Amino acid sequence: MTSQVIAAMHHGIKAAEAGAGPDAAVGGAGPDRATTVREAAWVALGHVLDPELDQPITELGFVAGLWITHDHAVRVELRLPTYFCAPNFAWLMVADARDVLAALPGAGRVDVVLLDHFAADEINAGVAAASGFGDGFATDGGDPELAELRAVFERKAQVAAQERLARALGPHLSERLTLAEAARIAPGATAAVVRRRERLGLVSEFAVCDDQGAAVAADRLPGWLRFARTVRVSVEGNATLCRGLLETRYGLTPSPGGP
Amino acid sequence: MYSKDGQNYYIVDGHTHFWDGSPANQINRYGEGFIKCFYDYHSNLSPDEYKWTLEEFERYPEERMIHDLFETGYDDVAILQSTYLTDWYVNGFNTTDQNGQIAERHPGRFIVNGRFDPRDGEAGLSALERLHERWQLRGVKLYTAEWKGDSKGWKLSDPWAYRYLQKCQELGIRNIHVHKGPTVYPMNRDAFDVADVDDAATAFPALNFIVEHVGLPRLDDFCWIATQEPNVYAGLAVAMPFIHSRPRYFAQIIGELLYWLDDNRLLFGSDYAIWQPKWLVEKFVDFQIPEDMQGEYGELTSDIKKKVLGLNAARLYDLKIPGEFEIPDGTTDAGPGIGSGPAVETAPR
Repeated sequence: MTSQVIAAMHHGIKAAEAGAGPDAAVGGAGPDRATTVREAAWVALGHVLDPELDQPITELGFVAGLWITHDHAVRVELRLPTYFCAPNFAWLMVADARDVLAALPGAGRVDVVLLDHFAADEINAGVAAASGFGDGFATDGGDPELAELRAVFERKAQVAAQERLARALGPHLSERLTLAEAARIAPGATAAVVRRRERLGLVSEFAVCDDQGAAVAADRLPGWLRFARTVRVSVEGNATLCRGLLETRYGLTPSPGGP
Repeated sequence: MYSKDGQNYYIVDGHTHFWDGSPANQINRYGEGFIKCFYDYHSNLSPDEYKWTLEEFERYPEERMIHDLFETGYDDVAILQSTYLTDWYVNGFNTTDQNGQIAERHPGRFIVNGRFDPRDGEAGLSALERLHERWQLRGVKLYTAEWKGDSKGWKLSDPWAYRYLQKCQELGIRNIHVHKGPTVYPMNRDAFDVADVDDAATAFPALNFIVEHVGLPRLDDFCWIATQEPNVYAGLAVAMPFIHSRPRYFAQIIGELLYWLDDNRLLFGSDYAIWQPKWLVEKFVDFQIPEDMQGEYGELTSDIKKKVLGLNAARLYDLKIPGEFEIPDGTTDAGPGIGSGPAVETAPR
């Protein structure tokens, strides 16, 4: 599945190098030669999401350290909000981080190490061993059910993004409103939906669609959006809780704002 | 009991512990990690004046608990939820017998809930009968993520779990508190998934299934099953403390729950000693859905608060409520959205 993550990563690097686009602020514009690998690695890690929280690990504060050695080896240390964070999602983040870094042009050996977690030894060893099977294998441990678990949360993320889009559209929303029309009214929220559909491989011309990409019938739409709101509240609430716990655990400065 | 602005609230604290998480009781790094994880929840979400040191938090004296729950904390009755974790703690984290002993020293104050583990097989069924005989259980607390040897968890829909639920039904143990937590294996399962509660609630309509911490982090899945199953309840432990640090998020949680479940199926719980009932009760009674969210969620009335803080749990546990606390039938004035129940036949899934 990593092809999408890696494709997105390459896009991100281009945007950063050009000093434009949504990723420019993450990577910084115009990196000098000495820091190229480091900058590219940070940008790449920005494309690794917590599957459950639908946010980049770089923004969540999960990247505890990033080192590039003189021979361009990359070492990343990841940390999570609690000792007992779900190990399957921890596995996916470690594996995704490893995959995007291994795909970096110019990167040498890649080590991704999870810290302070009850299953850290198993996950670190498991991902390192699985990586020998080639790109993408490590990601889901070769396990189609783990891939499906990830997809469950990617679908939730997409549903939540559609609900945010529906809010942004307000009275403009209708059953058959197309994505192109939505993009003219609410470009940011539409782009967020598109990104998540690409990740899922979900194709639809509609601003709001079901899991198969079909339009949601007008009589079903209010109920559909009502439950979508619950999904959004759940995802956003988890992110709030996790940020708070991470700050407490590692004595970080509390993030401003939040619900 | 808590009184404010001419309203009296009967308080049933649906989730409390008298635990020993001290280093002397820890078997391994998992036991240490577990209590530290609890402590981070405590530190992150408690008001400053209610924060303890880790040492205080690992093990606290009985007097302190009685003081915090009943002398300053407004609890009329507190439910002790057993959590064994005997693979991690020498004497268990808080077993039914340990909870029962403190309950016996303070008559009328506590309800002791037992537990079972379906992986104990036939022997466990007999043990449950003995536990019931000793403590007259009205409920059990189940921890599906509990480790046992090589097994790192179980599901309510497992055949053996059904045998235990059948036994509960025979014994009159009606209240099944379910706590979800992370498991290691299998990695391809979502350990917080509440779908097995759905199956069990359908199979045992005479039992009440109280999902602790409202299925967090799976609030949406929990709401979905709760709309299907009238015998599924929301335990608010862990959700409550957001009222202090993240009041708008708390408003969303409570608003969503009231929309999908109605106000008869939400139960207050402090999760003591993670949080203390004093500030939770005070803040909840003072709480209102922020004005800009009332269009979506309506308002929290004092009748709803009375139900959540005690009357709903009292009904499940057959507690006699002094007349002054009763709400006359049909007076609940729920605003738009609140208590309206699901008008939804389709979900985005």
